[in-house]
Amino acid sequence: MDLELTTDEKTVRDAFARFFADRCPVSVVRDAEPLGHAPALWARLRETGAPGMAVPDKHGGGGATALDLVLLMQEAGRVLAPLPLAEHLAATRTLARTPSGLAAPWFASLVDGDTVAAAAPRPARDGVARLVPGGAVADVVVALDDDQLVAVRSDAPMEAPPNHASAPLADRDLRTGERVVLADGAEAAALFARMVADWQLLTAAALGGLAARALEIGVEYTLERRQFDRPIAAFQAVQQGLADLVGPIDGVTFLTARAAWTQDEGDQAESERLASMAFLASAEVARDATYAALHYHGGYGVTLEYDIQLFFRRARGWPLVLGDPEDEYLRLADRLFGPVGAAGTEVAG
Amino acid sequence: MDFAPKPSVEEFRASIRRFIADHLTAEMVERAHRTGTFHDWDFHRTLAATGVIAEGMAGPGRATGRDPLELYVLFDELGLAGAPFYGLANAMLVAGIIEQIGSDFHIREVLPKFHSGEAIAALGYSEPGSGSDVAAAATRAERVPGHPGDEAVWLVNGQKMFTTLVHEAGYVILLTRTDPDLPKHRGLTMFLVPMDLPGIDFQAIETMGGDRTNITYFTDVHLPDRWRLGEVNGGWDVMKVALAYERGVFGNMNQGVTLLRRFAEWARTAERSDGTRLIDDPGVRRRLARIAVDNEITGLLALRPALLASQGRLPTTEGSVAKLFASEAYNRAAEACQEMAGTAGLLSPVRGDGGDWGFVDLAARDAPVTAIYGGTSEIQRNNIAEHRLGLPRAR
Repeated sequence: MDLELTTDEKTVRDAFARFFADRCPVSVVRDAEPLGHAPALWARLRETGAPGMAVPDKHGGGGATALDLVLLMQEAGRVLAPLPLAEHLAATRTLARTPSGLAAPWFASLVDGDTVAAAAPRPARDGVARLVPGGAVADVVVALDDDQLVAVRSDAPMEAPPNHASAPLADRDLRTGERVVLADGAEAAALFARMVADWQLLTAAALGGLAARALEIGVEYTLERRQFDRPIAAFQAVQQGLADLVGPIDGVTFLTARAAWTQDEGDQAESERLASMAFLASAEVARDATYAALHYHGGYGVTLEYDIQLFFRRARGWPLVLGDPEDEYLRLADRLFGPVGAAGTEVAG
Repeated sequence: MDFAPKPSVEEFRASIRRFIADHLTAEMVERAHRTGTFHDWDFHRTLAATGVIAEGMAGPGRATGRDPLELYVLFDELGLAGAPFYGLANAMLVAGIIEQIGSDFHIREVLPKFHSGEAIAALGYSEPGSGSDVAAAATRAERVPGHPGDEAVWLVNGQKMFTTLVHEAGYVILLTRTDPDLPKHRGLTMFLVPMDLPGIDFQAIETMGGDRTNITYFTDVHLPDRWRLGEVNGGWDVMKVALAYERGVFGNMNQGVTLLRRFAEWARTAERSDGTRLIDDPGVRRRLARIAVDNEITGLLALRPALLASQGRLPTTEGSVAKLFASEAYNRAAEACQEMAGTAGLLSPVRGDGGDWGFVDLAARDAPVTAIYGGTSEIQRNNIAEHRLGLPRAR
């Protein structure tokens, strides 16, 4: 039992922290708006091997643990990296779980990062996956199309409808292009659930990193900004609001790591339950932390010159692509209490 | 990171569960709720006989003793079982203080009584005029003049609030003002006061949540100097030791887990007026899932200070972070459960711990105090703001 990173884990974290500090200053985030994609940053990231990390070694990938992927995503989230990284990692991890995914002609190119994939976290309707995160820039989309889990290669639109988070969202037609069926029926449903859980885990990590950085920005600003002849950080009303964010941020950091660790230990059902929890909790803390940090900026907080609004918008936009969180709470309740009408008395958790 | 439970800790957990199964009776739990005294002498002494108090907690300055994680698990399990453990927590806390700063006399005469379960202690910190501002204690201890060559004697006058279990305690640790001319934190002295000295009296204070606590009066109590803990005017240093022991190890923060378990069980049979089961209501399901998420986070945050102590490190703000989150989350959970229970949530337990529904009202009454005792949420936030976030001191 240890809640601190091991030396190896710290090495992973520090390497990505340095990478993003060097390669993704906030100007990169701003320049990538409104599409929300920075191809030059992706090219640099390919040099680190990150795009292939989620794929096992034996299939040519980096063979990263889920915990390593979480460390990567936390650092990406801290700098708001404008890349479809959670989506690409979740999609490639899913492809590597199926023989047809491994046999896809562009699999090696996805591992290399030359080709970009996106996991659609919601099932498609009538053959179209709507507002897929990363869908505007991904060459390959992995999605649930009725009772089939498919990977479809088609031209990325490279444009997104204007949106809250400047995220590269797009509708993708799953029935045109090069379509590979990864699984059918119950197997497809199970693989899809696993992919969604991976995406939730990675997004939770990114949101946790985002929230931690937003709190730092809030602290820095309130120490610097003076009103009534003192830094506004000296006022208890401000301090208490900032202090309230620490527990939830620490908490989601641990919860996300625990979900990843549980996956690495091979307890799939438990790791999916924890990933759902980590996702929901991280979305809330990212929302609360960015609201508070923006609020303590006063009027400057809502001006486009200040960075905190970039954090505020992504905190809401990243998780909302899964749909109303209340629906996810209901799915979590199914995991915890059994489906509606179930007679069991066991309570998980 | 590693979330695998330590085998030694899990073994200890299993032994505590066995102990609880063998020795905690429904009658003890019922009596604790009925009387508001969350201490049971039979249970306490049987537990003390296992050696758990005497073993103490391993840590800096103490070569042997239980892994702090095991003690965390002890209180976790006692809390989950609804066992009355306040006396145990106080006894272990005061035993720890005595070991660290007590005199030979304390160690020889008093410590064995705590270790054997013969005596428990109450904590005399708060006063009618000082709660959060605990260093403002006004209870006076003055040297009685005219004991040349003899042991000095202190004359104690004052009142202490919220002296829980003082009516069962053999001793009270007492924070007193020995020099009103020195700055607030520098003029304090701590004593270990035997309750059988003349001049000590107490009155019960009943609380909304069903806990009985007390106000204790000290009127011209003649207290020999051998009962002093630490240096004269060094009381604040003793307080720091006391708080370090208290931090996140001696107490449970899992009330939300018990509440969710009971509510979810009850909701499987409880029906709404239209005959549908509560557990099948989407609004109920969402709110219960939220409580489950809070509980998961509370568990991890509460573990951290114990884990740090177990690694031989000194927790700093981690206890505040855990306590703040846990108590606020428990309040959210209790409010949600009471509302979800609908009109049944209004009904108070007739006796005991509330049977099939009264536990909801009981939780709703019990939750508010958890954000108050052991340092209010505001005090925890001050601590976090100042020592974790590096914000200016604001009081």
